[in-house]
Amino acid sequence: MIGDGRFGRFGGFYVAEPLLPALEELEAAWLDAREDPAFRAELDGLLHDYAGRPTPLYRSPALSGAIGCHVYLKREDLLHGGAHKTNNTLGQGLLAKRMGRTRLIAETGAGQHGVATAMIGALLGLDVKVFMGATDVARQAPNVARMRLFGAEVVPVSDGSASLKDAINEALRYWTEHVRDTFYVFGTAAGPHPYPALVKDFQRVIGEEIAEQLERAHGRGPDVVVACVGGGSNAIGAFARFLGEPDVRLIGVEPGGHGLDSGAHGATLGAGRPGCVHGSLSYLLQDDVGQVREAHSISAGLDYPGVGPEHAHLLESGRATYISATDDEALDAFAWLCREEGILPALESSHAIAGALKLAGELDPDSILVINLSGRGDKDLAHAMAALEAR
Amino acid sequence: MTSRFEALAAARKAEGHGVFVPFLVIGDPDPDTSLRLARGLVQAGADALELGLPFSDPPADGPVVQAADQRSLAAGTTTTSALAWIGRLRETVDVPISLLVYFNLVLQHGVEAFYARCGEVGVDAVLVADLPPEHSDEVLAAARAHGVSTIYLASELSTPARLERIAAVCEGYVYALARVGVTGQHSEVVPSLGPALERMRAAIDLPLLVGFGISTPANVRSALEAGADGVIVGSALVRHIEHHLGDPDAMEAAMVHHARELHAATRRTP
Ligand SMILES: Cc1ncc(COP(=O)(O)O)c(C=O)c1O
Repeated sequence: MIGDGRFGRFGGFYVAEPLLPALEELEAAWLDAREDPAFRAELDGLLHDYAGRPTPLYRSPALSGAIGCHVYLKREDLLHGGAHKTNNTLGQGLLAKRMGRTRLIAETGAGQHGVATAMIGALLGLDVKVFMGATDVARQAPNVARMRLFGAEVVPVSDGSASLKDAINEALRYWTEHVRDTFYVFGTAAGPHPYPALVKDFQRVIGEEIAEQLERAHGRGPDVVVACVGGGSNAIGAFARFLGEPDVRLIGVEPGGHGLDSGAHGATLGAGRPGCVHGSLSYLLQDDVGQVREAHSISAGLDYPGVGPEHAHLLESGRATYISATDDEALDAFAWLCREEGILPALESSHAIAGALKLAGELDPDSILVINLSGRGDKDLAHAMAALEAR
Repeated sequence: MTSRFEALAAARKAEGHGVFVPFLVIGDPDPDTSLRLARGLVQAGADALELGLPFSDPPADGPVVQAADQRSLAAGTTTTSALAWIGRLRETVDVPISLLVYFNLVLQHGVEAFYARCGEVGVDAVLVADLPPEHSDEVLAAARAHGVSTIYLASELSTPARLERIAAVCEGYVYALARVGVTGQHSEVVPSLGPALERMRAAIDLPLLVGFGISTPANVRSALEAGADGVIVGSALVRHIEHHLGDPDAMEAAMVHHARELHAATRRTP
């Protein structure tokens, strides 16, 4: 390995030996592709023509009124596939092709990353197998149907909590067994090096566009950037451009579930402690002896007891702040944005809205706040309607 | 000082035998039964024991060991209780013992405290499945301070540069993968094992114990013929626990019977 994959004391590549040669090869291919203008041009072309970048930056009157400053939504929900995940799967898909791999595997929680991988598999002519917790297969039915229509095989995983962490374990096992011809398209900015850095690289376009679009609209950049944090890819993508600008407040919103005191949540940074799972040192929800705890969130994409290592570092260094929004707060924000703006946010992204609403009255009226609307909520309709009706 | 594992491998080699190392998860299906099974395996001829600490999220393990981890956790096993259990086992069992763990358990126990306790209860070696040589400094220092060998995995995919890295830090023996994959049972030893063992032998001056997928006496003989110094058998033995849950007598009988066959396959044919 060329890099050590560290973000402060976090990160690294904590995996068993059979995967290390594959990670070394991936790192080399990625470092090489980054420097290759042809790779960049092909990726940019697909991001533009196939996926629809740049995505709009929309000034939301309703949110501006409610929070009391200029509030913009970065519309990743309008990206092809319905979430930011496509930025990453296009990049990794092209990398897989460059490396001569014929099969893609992926884990998925909400199904968005699975859909985005299935899409790219169809586009590039690669076989796709998606590992998905059995609980998530049930609560994200439309995405399961989409993956199958795109030709992917969906493998339900019933171990443990039958959600995202178990899907990752199973994908890692499958990868270990088939590492010679299989490319693991990791869905978030977590896992072993080089994934956290590589996924950040492919997602940083979000923040870069925010900077350009605001420059045009206001002649300056944002004061606050807010994003939801599951594994942390949409958040690190929105933050990356501004990490070197200490005046830009970066706020990650974790899933508060039934509340941090209830124990039923996914607030890894807010309530976990440093630990090691799925290939990197980061924060982790775990019991006293280090067994991983099950996370809980109304949103499948945030239901994960780990988090990307760079966020652990940004937390400890104080560069970013992490708050949480409960299931109820996210559901309120979900319904509120639908009614006020005619925009249907993903339940994941609804956490970012709920988190931003907590800043109401706190900011100078001239401030510019950007919320990364990471995905659209069509996939959540049945689940969210049932939760709203149950109230 | 040569480690007990190296001395063991040298002794068996001199006799023309292979080393036989069965694997169990500590506390599977409960602490007392698992103690009984471990003693049974030693009576069946185990030259050493490999013992797993159960972990909630073991990506290097197949379904049989995962299920064993779950049973052990359900029975209340913790790192502290597992190490105390080894202390109890040591009252009657003298063969070398290596532990198979995932890094988070070591980290949460405290690296120094973990290895200190390993030294106290008589653990000879520890393999941290998800800890590569590159991230091992703290663990190696603690292990050495307490007289514990640090074992690493090597596979047929390990590049010459990786084998060199492993050689620089590995002690006791190399856990050589019979095949690229996770723990589990497989019908045959892959033909590429021989050349892979040759490359490892050229790079690393330690005994090569082959595991991951060794299930039958025929597998054992193939692995030894391919150049292994010994074999580690996990899933194929652990499977008997699953099959005889609730009947410890039948469980022990089936496991010991299987272990005797495997052990016989490691002995020189007269
Ligand atoms: C719309 C949406 N937003 C956010 C996430 C959370 O992932 P991350 O934290 O990597 O952005 C997901 C994951 O499935 C998602 O589908």
